[in-house]
Amino acid sequence: MIRVTLPFHLQTLARVPDEVMVDVPGLPTQRSVLDALEAAYPVLRGTIRDHATCKRRPYLRFFACEQDLSHDLPDAPLPDAVVAGTEPFMVVGAMAGG
Amino acid sequence: MSNVRVLVGTRKGAFVLTSDGKRDKWTVNGPHFGGWELYHVKGSPADPNRLYASQSSSWFGQVMQRSNDAGKTWEAVGNKFEYDGVPGTHQWYDGTPHPWEFARVWHLEPSLTDPDTVYAGIQDAALFRSTDGGQTWLEMSGLRKHHTGNSWQPGAGGLCLHTILLDPTNAQRIYVAISAAGAFRTDDGGATWTPINRGLRSEGIPNPTAEVGHCVHRIALHRSRPGVLFMQKHWDVMRSDNGGDSWTEVSGNLPTDFGFPIDVHAHEPETIYVVPIKSDSEHFPPDGKLRVFRSRNGGNEWEPLTNGLPQHDCYVNVLRAAMAVDSLDACGVYFGTTGGQVYASANGGDTWSAIVRDLPPVLSVEVQTLA
Repeated sequence: MIRVTLPFHLQTLARVPDEVMVDVPGLPTQRSVLDALEAAYPVLRGTIRDHATCKRRPYLRFFACEQDLSHDLPDAPLPDAVVAGTEPFMVVGAMAGG
Repeated sequence: MSNVRVLVGTRKGAFVLTSDGKRDKWTVNGPHFGGWELYHVKGSPADPNRLYASQSSSWFGQVMQRSNDAGKTWEAVGNKFEYDGVPGTHQWYDGTPHPWEFARVWHLEPSLTDPDTVYAGIQDAALFRSTDGGQTWLEMSGLRKHHTGNSWQPGAGGLCLHTILLDPTNAQRIYVAISAAGAFRTDDGGATWTPINRGLRSEGIPNPTAEVGHCVHRIALHRSRPGVLFMQKHWDVMRSDNGGDSWTEVSGNLPTDFGFPIDVHAHEPETIYVVPIKSDSEHFPPDGKLRVFRSRNGGNEWEPLTNGLPQHDCYVNVLRAAMAVDSLDACGVYFGTTGGQVYASANGGDTWSAIVRDLPPVLSVEVQTLA
């Protein structure tokens, strides 16, 4: 099971706490984790990745193990600690404001 | 006694305002979807408890919401808006070809007869329809594939289809308006479309009387005379008495004919309302006075309505979707401002008062008159 943390607005949209667990068949990657997340919570489809291109939405970031994975290839393996479940895969809203 | 429900979309959530037919005491419910932009919330004429809402965010994109209990509870429905076929391009601001890209839903227009059928106007400009209560959406691509489609250019707010009018007497006839392409009409249920911009004159485009390219801000009709259209254009207030085949200017004695919303009295088809804004460079009322202007004879002769509205130091704007009327015997008129006020008049505009004063900037106002 992979731990995934979500930003506030996606928690309220999916009606879940800040962290959810998803079962990812095969090698956990950004793509497979997000596929599993969207399968478990269909309301999140289109909110993290664009429907048509499956690209990360510009104002979202993917963090794990104190690293920014946002620009990694979607099929790159996730860090071992994420795969082991000791660290979460974090979907983060980019800071903006003023 | 009848009740009134006002559906307000704002930059930071939706609000449902309710009152009885007197319209002097209001209950404010919300925010729904706090923190999200609600471009439009509208109820089904066929089932007033069925509401649709367009919820969006720069971070998380588009979400569509539906309520079956007048906004007490909501459920997310389909948010996939895929252009039909290979979309091609329209013109970008600099005149270069730009791919059609979905950005958001600006307008929701529920069917007059079926609660599960609803139309959506989107950016980049296209018309979609759902016949399953918003679960799935299909493009009515005859509009975007009009031979002028690849020449449409966005206005400052984006290339948005922001107005949809359904003809209550002819299910095959629909009007839409696009900034900055103009107004269009279908007479075959959406298969083919005709630009209806003859008579418009826009100095901001190379050919001021071009077939398309006009920045139409809003169009409105009275249900008893759906062939008579009123338009607030970027500049100029216009009317058409032939379903948009031709337009004549009716700005008359308005202090400025720039503005965004326009609406028609529920019982007087020749009584119309606009909110003049100083200019396209200064989006606030002239002289710091928030005035609704009413014409009782279909345009040209306008009177300012000021009783209860701020008449000094007021620099809010009223956006295109932020005015609506109820259909009680004494027609109610409502509008919301970018300053977060929602003003209501229970007497056709003679006097006004604020239902609420401190909401986030108001994007849209719709009214349901309930038996």
